[in-house]
Amino acid sequence: MRWIVAAVLFGFACAAAAEAGQVKTAAGSVYLERSGKRLPVSVGMPVEQSDTLVTGADGSAGITFTDNSLLSVGPNSVLEIQKYVFDTTTHAGQFDASLKKGTLAVISGKMVKQSPEAMRVRTPSSIMGVRGTEFVVKVD
Amino acid sequence: MAALAVVALLALVYWVAKPPNETVTVLPSADGHIGTVVVQRGNEKQVLNQPYATTRNGDAVQVLAATDVKETFGSTIQALPARPTIFLLYFTTGTDELTEESKGDLQRILDELKQRPVPDVYVIGHTDTVGELRGNDQLSAQRADTVKGFLVGIGIPAERIQTAGRGKREPIVPTGDNVDEPKNRRVEINVR
Repeated sequence: MRWIVAAVLFGFACAAAAEAGQVKTAAGSVYLERSGKRLPVSVGMPVEQSDTLVTGADGSAGITFTDNSLLSVGPNSVLEIQKYVFDTTTHAGQFDASLKKGTLAVISGKMVKQSPEAMRVRTPSSIMGVRGTEFVVKVD
Repeated sequence: MAALAVVALLALVYWVAKPPNETVTVLPSADGHIGTVVVQRGNEKQVLNQPYATTRNGDAVQVLAATDVKETFGSTIQALPARPTIFLLYFTTGTDELTEESKGDLQRILDELKQRPVPDVYVIGHTDTVGELRGNDQLSAQRADTVKGFLVGIGIPAERIQTAGRGKREPIVPTGDNVDEPKNRRVEINVR
């Protein structure tokens, strides 16, 4: 009985993993790491909080998030979506992304318009606060 | 000899453990607006608030040439998805028929939508304030459905298109009740 309850609860937890965004562009070798699994990336695929996007030497990918933030990575990149929460009614939210290596382009979205502290991008040594802008980051 | 080995070992350790180089550059945005990125590294803070302002490893801000930024980041910027946008179509009084002007715009809008590989579309219908709430709710939903039909017609999967009718609740031009305002008889096509 306890196992059934646990299984049902786990099922709900999985179903509750809200879609943070969607892969809109993908070229070359790209995959997503989710819960220790490697998933091949295709255009239209949902992206969730805690996913890590990895590209190979010929890879690139772009994601549109539900608050209209846009992110893309170039070749040899590792980007973790550490946290993504967005309230479509109030536009409040929190977006933490971490570029471990490679290149990243960012166009901030609605949650940053609503609250300038909402989005943070980390690299191994720095943390970036974003106030309504477009920027690029490289870690090499 | 031993000293040399120690130096070599230290060099190797430094090479392996050396922190990566980090470069951050602010881009001019499409609408000309320049925002701000604050880069914090330890206790050091750099503020980037002009086009191509750059900090490398937390060093003082310098402005790079656009061509240098393009060389390093061109393929990454190229991979950015198309920007989310809103298109507007207008209707004749009391119907789900497009105005002559919007009929002209429709093809251009559909051509732009075809460029997007997997669009997510939210179609919202509106009316002017002429008539009762309920009739306007139905009319706005009907206008949204008509536009959805155009989108399905160019091959956008129906399951990627949501529709809503907001009736006369959200006029784009604020008016009193029972005012025939052409700008309010519209459908918004939100594309992501």
